[in-house]
Amino acid sequence: MIVKDIINILEGDVICEGDLNQEIKTACGSDMMSDVLAFVKDQSVLLTGLVNPQVVRTAEMMDMACIVFVRGKDPDQSIITLAESRGITLMKTRYRMFTACGLLYTNGLSGGTKV
Amino acid sequence: MSNAIHLHYEVSGEDFTRAGEASGAVKKRLKSLGFNSDAIRRVAIAMYEAEINMVIHADGGYCDVDIYPDRIEILLADHGPGIADVDKAMQEGFSTAPDNVRNLGFGAGMGLPNIKKYTDEMRIETTIGVGTNLYLTVKVA
Repeated sequence: MIVKDIINILEGDVICEGDLNQEIKTACGSDMMSDVLAFVKDQSVLLTGLVNPQVVRTAEMMDMACIVFVRGKDPDQSIITLAESRGITLMKTRYRMFTACGLLYTNGLSGGTKV
Repeated sequence: MSNAIHLHYEVSGEDFTRAGEASGAVKKRLKSLGFNSDAIRRVAIAMYEAEINMVIHADGGYCDVDIYPDRIEILLADHGPGIADVDKAMQEGFSTAPDNVRNLGFGAGMGLPNIKKYTDEMRIETTIGVGTNLYLTVKVA
């Protein structure tokens, strides 16, 4: 799956564009950034309902290519500017967390771990 | 020791949104020096959690980073309140962070356990009312 596929599956609105052809192998859905930081997998996407600059910084530390804000949440300009400078794609989807994760999972994206 | 690259960063305690600036800068530097991505990510995550801790608990501080070919050594020093019970602070889920920090996605009691998980050596020197020094080493495989 690539970032473009995630946009299609989640009917996402792209807020800022990184590499849309970047391959995505795993996903992580959480509002708790320390839980995200406890999970290390390559080429990942972060789904979150949390909207603050630390979401982008967390993704940066984890080498994540893409952040999806669920339930239609809009990041402010400081978040967008930070993501742009890090080359991270931001999008929002109208789906709620559970549904957004489920849609990606049923389309073949895994959590990268069985537990 | 003279062949180390030394970096120094001040961590502001006033602006939570800037927490992670130092970690991001170190990550970038390590990348440009050609370190492997596993080592870079472990340094970045451990340092980021520690930076967040400094901002949440200690009103900021500073980081000293020494980069050697085979390891990265990091000191994170603050003049915060100190850690009353280090063993407890090391337990997953134990937190003394205020509720407003939880709204920001942190304060779940995962900081120090995550730091320990990603580093090869971790040492805490802490004195109540004086501050905390956190020494971290990440070995480069």
